[in-house]
Amino acid sequence: MARIYRAESGKIIAVLMHQCRNVATVEDALQDAFVQACQQWPARGWPDKPAAWLHSVAKRRLIDRLRAERLRQEPATVQALEQSYQWRYAEPEQQLSIPDDRLRLIFCCCHPALSQPAQVALTLKLICGLSSVEIGRAFLISDDTLNRRLTRAKQKISTAGIAYQVPEGEALVRRLPSVLAVIYLLFNESYHACEGPDLTRADLADEALRLGRLLYQLQPSAEAAGLLALMELHWARHAGRSSDDEAYIPLAAQDRSRWDRAAIEQSCQFLYRTLELKQPGIYQIQAAISALHARADSFETVDWAQVAGLYAALYQLLPTPVVALNHCVARSHVAGAEDVWPQLDSLAQTLAEYQPYYAARADLARQLGRCGQAAAAYRRAIELSKNEAQSAYLEQRLESLGR
Amino acid sequence: MLFLALIYSAEDADDVDVQTLMAQYQAYDDEVRAAGVFQGGNALQAAATATSVQLRAGESILTDGPFAETKEQLGGYYLLDCADLDEALSWAAKIPSARYGTVEVRPIMSFD
Repeated sequence: MARIYRAESGKIIAVLMHQCRNVATVEDALQDAFVQACQQWPARGWPDKPAAWLHSVAKRRLIDRLRAERLRQEPATVQALEQSYQWRYAEPEQQLSIPDDRLRLIFCCCHPALSQPAQVALTLKLICGLSSVEIGRAFLISDDTLNRRLTRAKQKISTAGIAYQVPEGEALVRRLPSVLAVIYLLFNESYHACEGPDLTRADLADEALRLGRLLYQLQPSAEAAGLLALMELHWARHAGRSSDDEAYIPLAAQDRSRWDRAAIEQSCQFLYRTLELKQPGIYQIQAAISALHARADSFETVDWAQVAGLYAALYQLLPTPVVALNHCVARSHVAGAEDVWPQLDSLAQTLAEYQPYYAARADLARQLGRCGQAAAAYRRAIELSKNEAQSAYLEQRLESLGR
Repeated sequence: MLFLALIYSAEDADDVDVQTLMAQYQAYDDEVRAAGVFQGGNALQAAATATSVQLRAGESILTDGPFAETKEQLGGYYLLDCADLDEALSWAAKIPSARYGTVEVRPIMSFD
């Protein structure tokens, strides 16, 4: 039953939302349907099409609830829902198919008028079917905070005039980035797991990949493909990021035989086909960088000149200090640490609180034989690290300086 | 669906001279009317002209000044009739003061 909920609830909510914009009421109606299923299915046997069964019961319950609430502001909704329900009721239940409206729901949940934390929470709740407890645990926030966030966002959806439709043309170009950003944030949250003892929280990454595939299937744009390829290329290498003895292994030291070569090849082919569309974007460029790392036989044989070039191209579209830092590090493999040091130094102020900056600075200082500077940077990186596995690795690097 | 676009900006913060700004507002006004979106709108006199009133225990208490003493003050508004929030936000973004101030968009509550 839990599996069905995870798989089907998003689809059902998306269809019901088409008719009633009050998210909480829709969720309640679906909940009613699941309660009814829990009572009836074990005794009477499972229906042929559980999802269609749940959908039609949830719809019936939604009408009941709307009627009971005598939804003053939406009398037309109740009427429309009743009509569509009667029309469908004439069909045998098992032939009911649920139209896939999830793209609408995704764009609605990721509307930039909602704060990004709210976008993330709503997406996980409504599209992925995660419970509040699961979401709270994944993001280390209390039930209270999360519920307040969700309630406020749901209220805004039903009253602020957020359209329940997939934007088109220029509007799509404006809105797509916030959808992609939510999915990538979910993936990163899992892949880099900044806090807590585990380096990866696999379940969140699974959700992000599932969403990425769903988005690409429903809306096959170049950037949706780029994001999917980027996440898949990272994920194909995740087995190399830790081992039984080492909780964190940096890219340079990873055993590349533990990477999923078949998955990497498949993602690369997918990415190359996408790049041929010649609609470049930040996710495609990052995926191309990831592909260069993934296909190299060793850290030393990575085509660093091309990686540096891609970071330069990325900086044109995404001029952030973090991209500048990555560009700097890539360039250090081509031009040498000495050459990039001034550029790295110039980022010190803007990235003063950014842990990876100090890790990179420490490594470059070490290459230049500046042990004092390297030690200071390692210490600062350890201070800023919220991940136990990573800080243990940095401690080790710091200790090895003296030798 | 009706939306109110509230225009907040620091009163001395225009990024162009008054003449140019007036011309820009005139152009925006024409455009928003031509599109059939305009339902109303006005510029307000400076916040220094504001008087705030409260009724407490049957007595009206007057305060010289706006509701809140903030750097950015309410300077005007547009009432817009749009299909949805996205449309309202795109019209709001075109309001000349949005370049240096802030335009807050709020849906009008309907009671029918």
